[in-house]
Amino acid sequence: MKYLFYPGCSMHGSALEYQTSMLAVLEAMGAEIKELDDWTCCGASVASVMSDLLSLALPARNLALAEAADGGRPLLVGCSSCYTNLRRTALAAANPSTLARINQALEVENLTYHGAVQTRHLLDVLANDFRADAIRACVKRPLTGLKVAPYYGCQTVRPYSPFDDSQHPTSMVDILEALGATVYHYSHEATCCGTALLTTKPHVGFEIVGQILDSASAADCLAAVCPMCHLNLDSYQDHVSRALGKPIRIPVLFLPQLIGLAFGLPESDLLLKREVVPVDSVLAKLPAQ
Amino acid sequence: MSTPEVIDLTAIKRDPGFSDRLTPEHQLRRCIQCGTCTASCPAAEAMDITPRQMWRMVNLGLADQVLHSKTMWLCTICYQCSVRCPRGIPLTETIAKLKQLAIQARIQEWSESTKFYKSFSDVMRTYGRMREMEFMARYFLATNLFAAVPFTGMAMTMFARGKLKPELPKLSGVGRLDRLFNRVAELEGRK
Repeated sequence: MKYLFYPGCSMHGSALEYQTSMLAVLEAMGAEIKELDDWTCCGASVASVMSDLLSLALPARNLALAEAADGGRPLLVGCSSCYTNLRRTALAAANPSTLARINQALEVENLTYHGAVQTRHLLDVLANDFRADAIRACVKRPLTGLKVAPYYGCQTVRPYSPFDDSQHPTSMVDILEALGATVYHYSHEATCCGTALLTTKPHVGFEIVGQILDSASAADCLAAVCPMCHLNLDSYQDHVSRALGKPIRIPVLFLPQLIGLAFGLPESDLLLKREVVPVDSVLAKLPAQ
Repeated sequence: MSTPEVIDLTAIKRDPGFSDRLTPEHQLRRCIQCGTCTASCPAAEAMDITPRQMWRMVNLGLADQVLHSKTMWLCTICYQCSVRCPRGIPLTETIAKLKQLAIQARIQEWSESTKFYKSFSDVMRTYGRMREMEFMARYFLATNLFAAVPFTGMAMTMFARGKLKPELPKLSGVGRLDRLFNRVAELEGRK
């Protein structure tokens, strides 16, 4: 299977391990992936606050690049915010007058968007293109006995996501079970991570993250599929513990890091040492190699 | 939550067109005040007016009260209210519109949020891609440098893990997305 890959800003920065492990895992399953040349920021949650047209033009710039590069290949995205912005733009561009206006803006970049390219989230690709069977076939070191709490967050499954239920998503269940892990279900699997509130209104953000981590705390680790979710859940656990009035310490891995562990991929592919909460307790649970 | 229990509508300046400027086709007028938005919001408890109250105030034309409230700045854009709204109102998108209006009106409250957007937008425009460290530096310099103190331990850990990489800032010259930003401003008649 062939994909164009839009990394988005986080994967070239704080979430580099997400990109590295995602590419390693997909390539191990035979995917052919080409990074989109000259991509730029999708506008994150910021462009729509600056201007309506900017919030469409920034994602459309990347969609137009993808069409010019190879319109037939789906555009693979790992960040749920990028995913939302790219799909929102495609939906808006179904209206011919909106598409014309987007293209008026893109003229200065010498680009034209046609509304053709399909944007796919990594979780969708894993669950529906490869499926649990193909994943199971690559497992060399099952994660037997590991209790994993799947964390979907918000924009992975809503509102522009066609591949899972916006309220009770299940895409990670078959994947985690294919790895040999035990899925730990909890109340906050699709609750928002608080996004920018961790910076702008930290005390509100800590409470939101605290509720999520607290409800998942009986698991051995969380599995994340978005750089923002991962950053908020992994990095602030000291602050969150103080806000909750009790210690919380639970490793948060990206889903492809867990898949890569089960595939027996080396640390250079998984970059597990980058996580703020060390993942030693997860590794210690795994059966000896 | 502190909420005025009674609003005397006869004594308040109202903007009757406010609601219909926020959404096309009178969509907000469909609101039945069921409160599903408030019940679904992860940040409702920290808001000065709840989402349900805010939409009612919008429909009553209480533009000033809404634009000065903290509520929109606590929205995490999780879309839970939008997907659950039984009337199908695009509430999350409308919050973005409210933020645009509050910024245009140069409302000074909650400037930590508006400066967050401004810092992010400036970095995006300059480099075309986010630079997390420069963004955070710009944000805390623009708001309150001391507010960064509680995060220094975490930042040091992230630095040690290789999660933050320092890059030299670009202080002048043409930004990577200047052309596109300028073109959009021109098309929207802001320039």
